[in-house]
Amino acid sequence: MKKEDIPQDDGALNKLTKEVVYAVDSAGNYTTELSTGWKVKTTALDLAWEDIEQRIENARQKVLNNEASPILFFIELRLMDVGIVSAYTGFWKWIIKQHLKPVVFKKLSEKKLIKYAEAFNISVEELKTMTVHEA
Amino acid sequence: MKHEFKHLQAAHCENGVTTNLLRTIGVDKITEPLAFGIGSGLFFVYVPFLKINKGPAIAFRTMPGLIFKRTCNALDIPVVRKKFSSKESAEKYLQECLQSGQPVGCQVGVYYLTYFPKEYRFHFNAHNIIVYGKEDDKYLISDPVMEGVTSLSSYELERVRFAKGALAPRGQIYYPKENKIITDQQIRKAIETGIKRNVNHMIRIPGSIAGVKGIASTGKKIKKWKDKLGQQTAGLYLAQLVRMQEEIGTGGGGFRYIYAAFLQQAHAFYPNDTLLEVSKKFTQAGDMWRNAAVQAAGIYKGRIGSQADFDVMGDYLLQISEIEKKAFEALSKIKWNS
Repeated sequence: MKKEDIPQDDGALNKLTKEVVYAVDSAGNYTTELSTGWKVKTTALDLAWEDIEQRIENARQKVLNNEASPILFFIELRLMDVGIVSAYTGFWKWIIKQHLKPVVFKKLSEKKLIKYAEAFNISVEELKTMTVHEA
Repeated sequence: MKHEFKHLQAAHCENGVTTNLLRTIGVDKITEPLAFGIGSGLFFVYVPFLKINKGPAIAFRTMPGLIFKRTCNALDIPVVRKKFSSKESAEKYLQECLQSGQPVGCQVGVYYLTYFPKEYRFHFNAHNIIVYGKEDDKYLISDPVMEGVTSLSSYELERVRFAKGALAPRGQIYYPKENKIITDQQIRKAIETGIKRNVNHMIRIPGSIAGVKGIASTGKKIKKWKDKLGQQTAGLYLAQLVRMQEEIGTGGGGFRYIYAAFLQQAHAFYPNDTLLEVSKKFTQAGDMWRNAAVQAAGIYKGRIGSQADFDVMGDYLLQISEIEKKAFEALSKIKWNS
């Protein structure tokens, strides 16, 4: 890529920093230049987020329909999977899968609920009621 | 506890931490491309049975941690690397380092990295930053992908140092142990080692998921994605490929431009013109990766999306595989006599 062809489009990262891109100058020597972003990758990231929002919404509906416990909703909201929840809570993966069932979830002890709440960075009340309030 | 520390921005976090930490011990000739090349950073792998964020697990570079390790090894610089089981001992050790005037590299997770924009905060645990001092409750942070320095509270730093999940950092700290004088001859030798190892990883690795064969087999897979996955999922997969290839840290074109820059800089230490010719090949490969990304974007934006469009996308990777294969074969034929 030639230095003058480095895209300077807008992107989410631009809120924080410009990024270093490597390109060749007119003499063919490599140099670095800052870039504000490239629309090709901005749309890739946007698409990933649209998919995440969709998964969160699907999970919310499942919880409302009593097909899953609120744990599913917070797994999606926090971009986690059962493996990551397992790492944060210390519960086995198959145990967590049990806790995804509404009937099992309703019987969970306060102690276990606190573990989940901590993993999701929320209160137990928010966990039970599927409430989100972002700081 | 504030030390003289010069922050230099880099494309990739680990390259940046490596070059900046080496500067703290007086080694100032190792630029980002040199660290990347000496550390044999260029790679390609598509792990079919693994999923990242429900998409394909594709990497354009070597495993996290190896660039720092290999670069220091090659230059005969002893390294201190520590992981911790307790948060208290992790912070105590960090403070001791800072008190003795030693800036340190820290492996962190980005999900709770407060200064990152929300859109970039996934559960990715192999980000690297330098902690270079402490003022009141604020740790002074040099994040190599940023233009300037920043800071984190002790709670915020603890949370990212003890992020959980794949590649959990477990408080990992690393730094070069002592000041060293590095000769040009050592750098020459390190460049040779780095290139030879990268040749092995890209054209001699067994199996079809990694190296130039991995690029070709991914190209063939992409042609089947439309039928196999359906338009929407295929679009998401292509978007993930583009993100791994172009997102912060790659320097553009899936690290191929950084590698091309490395070969040019290597030429200054080892004036063999093959290095310059092959550098051009990697520029060409990087350009083609970016053309492929434009094609992919056409598909995931829904502007195009016929089977023929997927075929064009797959063919890009097949062509790139050929170019990179020839490039590494040319590098493998260099007669090193350093």
